[in-house]
Amino acid sequence: MDHTAQQALKTVGDKIAHGGRVTRDETIALFGADLLELGRLAAIVKQRRWGRRAFFVVNRQINPSNICVLACRFCDFATKRHRPNAYELSFDEISERSRGVREVHIVGGLHPEWPFEHYTTMLQRIKTGNPQVQIKAFTAVEIDFFARRSKRSVDDVLRALKEAGLDAMPGGGAEVFSERVRKALFPFKIGAPRWLEIHRAAHRLGIPTNSTLLYGHMETIEERVDHLLKLRDLQDETGGLMSFIPLAYQPGRTKVVARQCSAIDDLRTIAIARLVLDNIPHIKAYWVTLGEATASVALSFGADDVDGTIGEERIMHAADAEVPAQLTRTRLQEMIREAGCIPVERDALYNIVNVYADDSREDQERVAQETDAAPFRPLPIASDPEPVTR
Amino acid sequence: MMLETIADKIEHGKRLSSAEGRYLITDAELIELGRLANRVRFRHNPEPRVTFVVDTNPNYTNICNTDCIFCAFYRKPGDPDAYWLTVDEVMTKIERTVQMGVTTVLLQGGHNDAIPFDYYLSLIRAIRARFPHVTPHCFTASEVRQMAAVSNLSIRDVLQQLREAGQTTLPGGGAEILSDRVRKKLSPKKGPSSHWLEVHREAHRLGFRSTATMMYGHIETPDDIVEHWDTIRTLQDEHGGFTAFVPWSFKPGNTPLERKFPHHAGPARYLRMIAASRLYLDNFAHIQASWFSEGKKAGQLALHFGADDFGGTLFEENVHKAADFVNQATVEETVTLIKEAGFTPAQRTTLYEIIRAFGETETTPSATAHLTAAGGSR
Repeated sequence: MDHTAQQALKTVGDKIAHGGRVTRDETIALFGADLLELGRLAAIVKQRRWGRRAFFVVNRQINPSNICVLACRFCDFATKRHRPNAYELSFDEISERSRGVREVHIVGGLHPEWPFEHYTTMLQRIKTGNPQVQIKAFTAVEIDFFARRSKRSVDDVLRALKEAGLDAMPGGGAEVFSERVRKALFPFKIGAPRWLEIHRAAHRLGIPTNSTLLYGHMETIEERVDHLLKLRDLQDETGGLMSFIPLAYQPGRTKVVARQCSAIDDLRTIAIARLVLDNIPHIKAYWVTLGEATASVALSFGADDVDGTIGEERIMHAADAEVPAQLTRTRLQEMIREAGCIPVERDALYNIVNVYADDSREDQERVAQETDAAPFRPLPIASDPEPVTR
Repeated sequence: MMLETIADKIEHGKRLSSAEGRYLITDAELIELGRLANRVRFRHNPEPRVTFVVDTNPNYTNICNTDCIFCAFYRKPGDPDAYWLTVDEVMTKIERTVQMGVTTVLLQGGHNDAIPFDYYLSLIRAIRARFPHVTPHCFTASEVRQMAAVSNLSIRDVLQQLREAGQTTLPGGGAEILSDRVRKKLSPKKGPSSHWLEVHREAHRLGFRSTATMMYGHIETPDDIVEHWDTIRTLQDEHGGFTAFVPWSFKPGNTPLERKFPHHAGPARYLRMIAASRLYLDNFAHIQASWFSEGKKAGQLALHFGADDFGGTLFEENVHKAADFVNQATVEETVTLIKEAGFTPAQRTTLYEIIRAFGETETTPSATAHLTAAGGSR
C-alpha cells in the first residue's frame, strides 16, 4: 500500500470519528488502500447507521420488452423487432407476474412503437390487479425517451406515471458519468446532466429513486470517483436517493473487457461508496451482478442491502451472469445470516416489513437495542403504500 | 474484550486457547479477524507472494467400502460405472497432464478390497520412472490403512515400502473433522480420528511431509472444529511434518446428506475458517485458499484473510464433480486471479519450493498459453 493510500485511510478514519466529508483526492487514494482496512472503516459507518441489520425485498423484475431503439455496446439484452429473440409482454402477463410480491422492478428496452399511454396503462393495470404491490419502474433513460417521444416535459411524464401508480424509480441508466466513456460505449444514450436532471425532477415530485454505477469496463478510477461525487451533490440538494447500487459490468458477449473485475475490486468499490456517500442511506450489494458469494461478504464491507428475490431477470442474464435467476426468501435470509447480520425484509421504499431475528436471546437483545437507536421506527406491513416524501 | 485479548496474544506470538478459538468461529467480527490473520500471514510469509502448484487429481478407482454419507463419488463393486484403472491407464492419464506442465500428481482412490498392496507400489514406481520431475503426492491416510489391511503389514511398514518406492509426501484428505462424535455419524467405517493421526504421525517420523485438511459445513459444531485444530496443532508440534492446512466446505450435491444440507456453507463462513485457522494454527507456515472448492472469487478474497497459497490447477478432478461442483482453471488464469487479488504469483512444488515467479511486468509465458484450451477441457 502506498503512502498516499495510507494517509487517506488515516484521514478518513479521523473524519469518521470526528466528522467531515471525504474529498475527491482522498477517495482516489482509497482505491489503492488495503482491502481490509478499507472494509473496516466502511463497516464502522454501516454499523453506526444500520447496526447488524441487512435488508432484502420480496420482489420481481419485469422487463416488458427487449426491443430497443438503442444499441449500447455493453448490452446483451436489447434486440430489434425482426430478430427471433424479440418479445413483448402483454398487460395480462405483466399483471400476472406482479402477483404475490411486494415490489415490482420494471425496466425495459426503448420500444420504438409503444405510445406513452401504454406505460401509464401498464402501471394502472398492475395496481388494479395487485393493489398492495409497489411499483419501482423506468430508468431515467426511459423517462427521457417517453418525454421526447410524447413531446411532454419530464415533469409531466413523471406526474402522469405517479398518478398511474409509480412509487419509486430505479437507478439504472446512469452507467458512468463520463463523456469519454459515453461516447465510446453508449453514444446515443442520455449523459450525466440529463440523468441527474430527471432524478432531480422525480425527487421534487416526491418520487424517491435509487442510483447506480456501472463499473469494471473502460472507466478510470477518477471517473468512478467523480460519478460518486455527482451523486453525493444531487443527494445534498434533494435527499431523494434511497440507495446506491454499484453494478459490476458483465463481459458476456459484448466483451468491452475480457474479464469481469475481481471480487477485491467489487468490495473495494462498495466500501468506498459507503465512505463517500455519507448522505445516501443504503448501499446495495446486488447479488445478481456480484454473485451470491461476493454479495454476502460485501455485508461486512459496508453494504446493508442485497436486493431481492428478483424472480426473472433478463438483462444481466443475457450477458451470462453466473448466478441463478432467482433466490428464495429463505436463501436470502441464509445469505444474510451467514454474513453475521440480521435479515430485515423491507418494501420498495425501505419501510421495514419484518425483522427475522433468531429466537436466541443475543439476537433479540441486539434487535431491541438497535431498534431503539435506529433513525426510523419499524412500520407495519406495507399494505397501504405511502410514498416517502423526502 | 475477548478480541482484544486475542489481538494482544497474536501480537506477542502467544498461542490461542480453545475458548479463544471457539470465539473466532462464533463471534469475532469478520473484518477484524481478517486483519489479524493477514498480519500473521505476513509474519510466516513476508513476501506479498501467493504460490500455486500445477497438479492433477486423477482417481485410480471409485470402488469403495466405507460408505461415507458426504460422498457422491464412490461406487460399490459390480455397479455399472464402477472402475479400477490399470497402472498403465493411470500413467496415460498422468502423461497427458505432464505435457501440460504438471509437477504434482495428487493420486487418490476408493478403499477397494480387490486391490493388492503391490498395485500401489507399482503406481509410485511407475510415476518415478516415467516422470522423474513429477512428485507423486499420493494416497490419503485411510488408503494407507487400506494397504495395511490387505497386506497384513503395519502402518509403518506400508509407509516404509511406499517411501522405498519413491514417495515422500502424503495428501491430507480424509481428515474431514477430527472429532469422533462427527466421524461416527459421517464416516463410521473410516475409523476414529486416531486412525488418521497415526498414519500422519508415522509418516512424519519416517520423514514424509503431508498436508492437513478439514471439511466443515455439515453436522460439526464449533467445538468439533476446535478439537480438529488442537489435534493437528499438537501433532505439528511433535515433528513439524505438515506443509499446509487446507479447509474446504462440504459439497452436498448427490450425497445422502443433501436433504439435510441443501447448500454448501458460503464464502463468509469460508473466509472466517481461513482467517481463524491462520490464527489458531500458529505452527503452520501455509494456509491454502481453495479457489477450486469455494469458487474463484472466494478464493481471491481468502488471500486477504490469511491464506498465502492458491492450491492446485487440478487438471483432472472427479470427486467434487460427482457432487455437481465444478471449477476449472488454467495456469494462465491462476496467474491472473492471483494478480487481480493484488499479489505476485509464484509456481511451487509440493514442498513449497518456488519454481518460477510471475513478476508484475512479465507477461504470461507462451509456454503455458496452450493450456487454456487443453486445461479447460475437464
